[in-house]
Amino acid sequence: MTYQSKSHATSRSPISGAHAGDSHKDELAHVMPVRLLVGVWVALMILTVVTVAVTSVDLGSRANLIVAMAIATVKAGLVVTYFMHLRWDRPFNALVFVGSLLFVTLFISMTLFDKSEYEQDIDEMYLLQGK
Amino acid sequence: MAQSTAEQLAERTPPESGGHAHGDEHAQHPFLAHHFDNPRHQFESGKLGIWLFLTTEVLFFGGLFCAYAIYRSLHPEIFVYAHYYLDTFWGAINTGVLIVSSLTAAWAVRNAQLGERNKLIFNIIATIVLACCFLCVKYVEYSHKFHDNVLPGRHFNPTHEAWELESYKKAHGEHAHVGPAHGLPSQGVPVEAPPPQAAVPPQAAVPPQAVPPQGVPVVPAAEPQATGAAVPGAPPVPGAAQPPAPMPGADGHTAAAPGTAKQPPPGALPRPRHVSVFFSIYFFMTGLHGVHVVAGIIMWLWILRRAIRGEFGPQYFGAVDYAALYWHLVDLIWIYLFPLLYLIH
Repeated sequence: MTYQSKSHATSRSPISGAHAGDSHKDELAHVMPVRLLVGVWVALMILTVVTVAVTSVDLGSRANLIVAMAIATVKAGLVVTYFMHLRWDRPFNALVFVGSLLFVTLFISMTLFDKSEYEQDIDEMYLLQGK
Repeated sequence: MAQSTAEQLAERTPPESGGHAHGDEHAQHPFLAHHFDNPRHQFESGKLGIWLFLTTEVLFFGGLFCAYAIYRSLHPEIFVYAHYYLDTFWGAINTGVLIVSSLTAAWAVRNAQLGERNKLIFNIIATIVLACCFLCVKYVEYSHKFHDNVLPGRHFNPTHEAWELESYKKAHGEHAHVGPAHGLPSQGVPVEAPPPQAAVPPQAAVPPQAVPPQGVPVVPAAEPQATGAAVPGAPPVPGAAQPPAPMPGADGHTAAAPGTAKQPPPGALPRPRHVSVFFSIYFFMTGLHGVHVVAGIIMWLWILRRAIRGEFGPQYFGAVDYAALYWHLVDLIWIYLFPLLYLIH
């Protein structure tokens, strides 16, 4: 504790809110306040109940999927931002992680463009086999 | 990236190493590795390392999510049909269990940062217990599926068709069974087909083989003469019209095997072709996730041992933080797996 000099606080991530909550000057990283932890947890539990409940409402299969994915993304955002304290982390680490999500999106969307290309061949195969 | 890391380190090293001699710091911090200038340097380096690892994990699972996306977009009927085999209740319970364990993991990081040894030990134990709960629920789900032969690939030979399941009756019991009203694409849905070796050329069709009319969308027109006919080995289903003869096997199984594709009751979903693909995806994704949970438990046990020894404190808590980050990623993946596998409408 005694070793840590005050100047370190200035070299921390410039993201606003870095000093929010119960800030401890000597820490290596932001300490999550208990209230925020529990608040995020309650939000996650409520969203879980909502996503189960909304499944029984018929919005059409596409809309139901979009709603479920939207809720999951909000939940994931809460986990990444607060539980993983990416909000108070170095921006470079955030860049690394968000970059991976971008590449997964790219991977899946580019593959989906191509998905119907072989469907006709498959149907023909089944036709030839007499099914 | 290496350069930018080097830059960051360069810009932070001078003020920190300025007033302190190297020997002092290493004497003061027993867990400061000799190649790091100070605890911050060590912490930030480890943090970048764990984020890079999580990146590879995201890409790793990304491939599976890609497979899921392709199959679901091409064959939504498989996913609608197959999801009745999954129990939303247990899936939701497991989601809750993982979210609580994420809370205790995040709380453990706080405890470590503040040097609260006893609370840290409690939260780590809670995380481990919850992780074990998750695996127990998965065990219940898996053993149920193994018992009913709801398995991937050619092992898919369920003892019950989807319309015989409680989850299906719960969802459809109150409605009259009307074919296209299920939100399915009502045309071009291929139903379960006989295996290749049982296939006969169309011009030489043998009558008793009763080849179902493939390519024709939905079969379920009730066959009055067939009502009540018992299929050997299959429990008679009240209200379900049975086929006159056992249909040729599903997914490569022999014709008379119990649990091959049965004729659905009027209006119910017929079993689409290749339902087993869903269970390949299901078992691979949840299984890989389960392996991550097991790895997480082993990791937390190691962290627990170190916490009991009192190794963590405000200047050294990186290991707890990195373990928690990994654990949150496991939670994150489940947050997507749950609606994608269990909550199909």
